[in-house]
Amino acid sequence: MADNNKLKTYLFGHDVRKLKNEKAIYNVILVDENGNPLKDEDIILNVDTVDYKRKTKADGFSTLNINLSFPSDIVVKYEGNDRYLPSSTENTISIDEPDVKEIERKKRIKAEQEAKIEADKRKKREEHRKKFPVSDEVAINVDHVSMEFDLAKEKVDNIKEYVIKKIKREIKPKTKFRALDDVTFKINKGERLGVVGFNGAGKSTLLKILSGVMKPTRGNVSVDGKVAPLLELGAGFDYNFTGQENIFLNGAILGYRKEFLEEKYDEIVEFSELGEFIEIPVKNYSSGMKAKLGFSVATIVQPEILILDEVLSVGDIKFQEKSRKKIESLMSEGVTVILVSHNTNTIRSICNKAVWLDHGKLVEFGDVEDVCDHYVASAKNASKAQLKNLKLN
Amino acid sequence: MFGQIHGFLNNFYKYRFLLLELIKKDIKAKYKDSVLGLLWSFFNPLLQMIVLTIVFSTFFGHRIPNYPVYLLTGRLVFDFFANGTRGSMSSIRSNASIIKKIYVPKYMFSLGVVASEFVNFLISLVVLVMVMIATRAPFYISLVYTIIPIFLLIILIIGVGLILTTLTTFFTDILYLWGVMITMLTYLTPIFYPISIIPDKYIFFFKLNPIFAVVYTCRQCIMYNSFPNIHYILYLAAWAFASLIIGVYIFYKYQDQFILNV
Repeated sequence: MADNNKLKTYLFGHDVRKLKNEKAIYNVILVDENGNPLKDEDIILNVDTVDYKRKTKADGFSTLNINLSFPSDIVVKYEGNDRYLPSSTENTISIDEPDVKEIERKKRIKAEQEAKIEADKRKKREEHRKKFPVSDEVAINVDHVSMEFDLAKEKVDNIKEYVIKKIKREIKPKTKFRALDDVTFKINKGERLGVVGFNGAGKSTLLKILSGVMKPTRGNVSVDGKVAPLLELGAGFDYNFTGQENIFLNGAILGYRKEFLEEKYDEIVEFSELGEFIEIPVKNYSSGMKAKLGFSVATIVQPEILILDEVLSVGDIKFQEKSRKKIESLMSEGVTVILVSHNTNTIRSICNKAVWLDHGKLVEFGDVEDVCDHYVASAKNASKAQLKNLKLN
Repeated sequence: MFGQIHGFLNNFYKYRFLLLELIKKDIKAKYKDSVLGLLWSFFNPLLQMIVLTIVFSTFFGHRIPNYPVYLLTGRLVFDFFANGTRGSMSSIRSNASIIKKIYVPKYMFSLGVVASEFVNFLISLVVLVMVMIATRAPFYISLVYTIIPIFLLIILIIGVGLILTTLTTFFTDILYLWGVMITMLTYLTPIFYPISIIPDKYIFFFKLNPIFAVVYTCRQCIMYNSFPNIHYILYLAAWAFASLIIGVYIFYKYQDQFILNV
């Protein structure tokens, strides 16, 4: 008999009586009688009367991803060939019936724990906030502020075109884009305002108006105090100037006095960690060096009002830590802070008030925890709704 | 009104250091990467004068005593006007990156260019003094009166500069149009020729040019030992202050829109 020359084979599959998940990975291994794995052999896995064909890999293993809905019998067969005898194995996999009550109970406990942690955090934050006294004096008063931009489809910037179009009466009424729409709020000295909102909500426009870069189309903004906008680092660096010259130029653009800059010069250079590089033109700096220098110049003042677009941290990890600490020190007692951030945790931990903008409109202004809660809830709903509309092919 | 002026002065005082830094930056940028640097402010008019003297002294030399000094006086004054207005008008556009990001009084950029061109002008005056010494021209006491037309010229440049800056921000064409205007003015101002070669019936139009008034009165003080003609001075003053008032007015009216247009 030819069969006598053939080797016996063995198929091993695991016999899993209980599984937690409905999805499982089922492994089988095919070996000969000497225990050597067999490669590239066809095996048939029969799960609940459905056949799946698989080839064994180099290590003799074959894998099947299965969906199980009830106790399943898995029969694995190897047909054999001219060298090996056929073999088969039979196993059962059953799913554990989920204990609904137990799961509910665990969920409840988890939720309770989370709520407790959250409450603790809130309490801590509240205590932290109490450390910063809020005065009765108004620091920033934003009064019915609107900002409009022209969305001209064609830009008319030369006289010929302008005159021709004017004569032909072709200058269309420009479509206006409202970046801010009738926004009103007030914050007192020493308060910390967080600004939240989705992209395009008008947060940056609000900051630009508060820092005086832009004038609102309508409404009034009054700001009482020395403002330090930490929005753009190193604006106006002249790349042909050395670091030293740029400290003075950038400082002058930020409105610092010469004596002040001379007095703080050493401090700036030391903080920037540039060392002797301060003597070479900025065009030869790496982007990290530029950022460090810009940060060092911008944060040398002790402002009364600090305007931030995200908590800045620049440079390498070491400098990031340093710059974060510097920002924290700038936010000392009595300083009014305005912070834009997408991270509500940052806002909650720093601010006591928050304003939520959406498409230029003020949605909510008030206590930071309330506003952030509502904002996060709305964000979750929005993303759910968006996901629903997504069709997965 | 008083509140506004007070606010303006306070703000100007706060940013006065910026003006100095901008002057430094402009001067440095002007002769960037050149070996001689600031010395070019000195060589440029000198070389120009030498060439123009060689070319034109045969035509006009016999009519004008000390042609090099005559030429140089006109040239320096005119160049100050041309460079000052030209630089001022593109100052907002070239500093757009700063204006879009940080609050800075915007007129500072325009003023900074005029001031740095004035520094240039002062340096090139050294050439004038040297040429006067070399040609053995007398130094009259009336030289001090040059301060009057030069002061009015500065006012004129600031005013015209502010008007042009505002217009250029909305219409880039003005930049090229003004280039043509400057070229025309170079020939319409008696810089290298005497006014006497102009036929009488056209002379009135030549005298409308305010730069002519500056050039004429400066030459009176420097070359002819006389007090500047009061009519010319008044005419120039009218131009200077009118353009300053119009310039300040339209600049202030439209400056908030600059950011949306650059």
